[in-house]
Amino acid sequence: MAKFTLIINGEKHELDLDPSTPLLWVLRDHIQLVGTKYGCGIAQCGACTVHLGDTAVRSCSLPVASVGNQEVTTIEGLSENGDHPVQEAWLERDVPQCGYCQAGQIMTASALLKQNPNPTDSEIEMAMNGNICRCGTYLRIKEAVQSAADKL
Amino acid sequence: MALVKTNYNRRSFIKVSAAAGGGMLIGFNWLASCNSNPEAPENVGLPMPNEWYEINGYIKIGDTGLVTIYNPNPEIGQNVMTSMPMIVAEELDVKWDHVVVEQGMLDSDAFKNPQFAGGSLSIMLGWEPLRMAGATGRRMLLEAAAKEWEVAVSDLAVSDGVITEINGERSIGYGEIASKAVGLEVPEEIELKEPKDYKIIGTTKKNVVGKKIVTGEPLFGLDYKKEGMKLAMIVHPPSFGMSPDSFNAEEIKAMKGVEDAFIIDTQIENPGFGNTNAFYKTIALVGNSTWELMNAKKAVKATWKTDSPLESTAMHDALLEKQIATGKVENTRKDGNPDQAFAKAKTVIERTYNAPFQAHNTMEPMNFFAHVSGDMVELMGPTQTPNALKESAAKMLGIPPENVSVGMTRMGGGFGRRLYVHFGLEAAAISKQSGHPIKLIYTREDDMSNGIYRPAYRSVYKAGLDENNKVVAFSIKGTGFNDAPVFPNRFPAGAIENYQADNINAPTNISTGAWRAPRSHFTAGAEQAFMDEVAEAAGKDPFDLRIELLERAKNDRVGEEYQYDADRYIGVLKLLKEKCNWGQKTPGVHRGLAAYFCHNSYVAEVMDIVMEDDQPRVQKVWCAVDCGIVINKDGAVNMIQGGVVDGIGHGMYSQLTFENGTPSQNNFDKYQLIRHSQAPKEIEVFFVENEIAPTGLGEPGLPPAVGALANAMYQATGRRVYNIPFVLDKAPLLG
Repeated sequence: MAKFTLIINGEKHELDLDPSTPLLWVLRDHIQLVGTKYGCGIAQCGACTVHLGDTAVRSCSLPVASVGNQEVTTIEGLSENGDHPVQEAWLERDVPQCGYCQAGQIMTASALLKQNPNPTDSEIEMAMNGNICRCGTYLRIKEAVQSAADKL
Repeated sequence: MALVKTNYNRRSFIKVSAAAGGGMLIGFNWLASCNSNPEAPENVGLPMPNEWYEINGYIKIGDTGLVTIYNPNPEIGQNVMTSMPMIVAEELDVKWDHVVVEQGMLDSDAFKNPQFAGGSLSIMLGWEPLRMAGATGRRMLLEAAAKEWEVAVSDLAVSDGVITEINGERSIGYGEIASKAVGLEVPEEIELKEPKDYKIIGTTKKNVVGKKIVTGEPLFGLDYKKEGMKLAMIVHPPSFGMSPDSFNAEEIKAMKGVEDAFIIDTQIENPGFGNTNAFYKTIALVGNSTWELMNAKKAVKATWKTDSPLESTAMHDALLEKQIATGKVENTRKDGNPDQAFAKAKTVIERTYNAPFQAHNTMEPMNFFAHVSGDMVELMGPTQTPNALKESAAKMLGIPPENVSVGMTRMGGGFGRRLYVHFGLEAAAISKQSGHPIKLIYTREDDMSNGIYRPAYRSVYKAGLDENNKVVAFSIKGTGFNDAPVFPNRFPAGAIENYQADNINAPTNISTGAWRAPRSHFTAGAEQAFMDEVAEAAGKDPFDLRIELLERAKNDRVGEEYQYDADRYIGVLKLLKEKCNWGQKTPGVHRGLAAYFCHNSYVAEVMDIVMEDDQPRVQKVWCAVDCGIVINKDGAVNMIQGGVVDGIGHGMYSQLTFENGTPSQNNFDKYQLIRHSQAPKEIEVFFVENEIAPTGLGEPGLPPAVGALANAMYQATGRRVYNIPFVLDKAPLLG
């Protein structure tokens, strides 16, 4: 066990945890932020994507000890009122089917647009390739990313 | 207006407490506003009511005019949470923006509608009960207004939740008159709207839960939490054919964060639908956090008994081949004299198609909450069959079914996997033995290696052409594990003089079951790829051959039974042919066609493949759909698009293989699912416009995609594919 201070969505959290605990389970079990999803546990599906600083990371494979003092942003903290341009584009295009993977998709997309505000089709595909959607909403996700890029 | 008999005559409007809020749970807010689009100009909202008036399980009207509509069915991503309430709102005649939607609990008496998600049946089976629920409410509110004003109901008109006097000046909102409807007798007959008068059905309404999804609110079973709840995980046998004997329970219980560890047995006598399970006996761990339990799982040392032979993919392949050659034929159909016709045919084509086991891989792994307290049980979680779970849990625990309550969370995908209730029973057994309310969570590895899989299939197709290249003989012989794939009375049954369809079962100890468009996903791919070869051999255009056969089925059908409507089949083919400009050659674009009928809907698809950096890539898919009346236009488009992507993915990339009874793939590093860069760039969907009662869309979009993909790949590469996944069938990698 070890003590950690995490900054998540701008709030400080003091935790006493096994240092190997993945950030995903810290969020879901200990901080009660369940918007970040468990899909595979081995960084293959992207359902658990959060931002570490400005970078999209797979929280299921990131031990809490590796977070350090970098700020963590989850889907709950992406915007104040659910009005981040990517979230709005998702609603406008009515992307989700089951919806389970979408928080991860949105977190990957918003990190992409922060680093590359005008991505090409293939840049979007490359950035989003680590996020699986079994329902098959890929086309709408891409359209929503393009539309959010246009508005940013 | 059409008159129908109601079946709600035992229940009138009743006043319910606002605080009760039917179905609301602490920390888990089911309310979903229909105003999920924040930019909607009419997003005015209404104040929260002080009093609610409820009727027939579906509808609650507040004194401010706000209307709650309950979604009766499990939501697995097919968007019934939006489309089913749209049907109620249409007949109730209220403004969609004044509706909030809540997920209903399992309550067969209140909903009078089978509360399950399977077979693409929600809309088809719900069509009448949902309209009746809305129309009954509308009629009773009209009667209340008529009584209040001392006029006849026929003197009144209603629109958007406001009742007006046709030749007068009075008007009153539903919210104001609802209290007066309390105690009114429910009419025995009510009028339903004509389709031409629809204001909500056939339009596009956004997913009512959209905002919650994109902001990460708790919605899914895995998100569910309750006071005092512990977490639980299982360690199931490593191979199909094994069961646990003993394990190091004391060592595990001594681990940090582990409260209890034991073996459960969920087998019930006389299992019914939904009780498929290979591992009735399994090791269960109860603890406080997911990570601690995951570590404890790794520390489990068990001895396993081998109860039946451990199977491998090599054994499966050999058995399917043997079954096709010598297996016992069942469920057969024969028209004319196929043997003689094949002997006389000028050309005979015979092809064999194979598909592997596949896992469901819902993105949300199996999980369930259970609280067994004395002889009362509370179950909450992702299930497509809440009623089967209720009955099974009652049987397993030896208590009356009425002591079991089942709530449905939103599901992170279903695809048939959650028709099976074993994980709900495991949760109940763990709760009972540990004495805690618990939430059982499967890891991805548990989920993929403890599946109710789509079984492996093998089918042999044979066609005989005469000297005029007319198809005079056709046969299909198919086998699969626990589930042979041939539909004897579907197309081309009825269209060919000499026809034979045979099914042969193949046994396995691996659990198999329904997987999005069961059997159809394989059969459509095989049949439609075969049709393409038949058309080529006959020197006919693929559209023309299909339409020619369907015309025969329509005008002079062979045999007594056939399950499809040839006219509607022809309808989607003709619509698609026109929309995709078939015949217009575009350099570099390679096209494949497939059409299929399943789950009561008709879908035809043309797939365009282009070569990019020497790799084939699906550029565009054109779809024509006949599902009768379309309820939620863009939601319906989304369903078909998803089915197409899923069909391409599972035709092209996915397979589960076995070695010594163990799946060789247990996570997404080894099991390939389609990804962004492999998906089509565009999918356009066209609906046949008619006034036929609506049928489902969750499944029918998928099967033709497999055939269209195979046919487009042939055009692009010159090589036919016969074995799923196509990516391994000596074909170039797609994407």
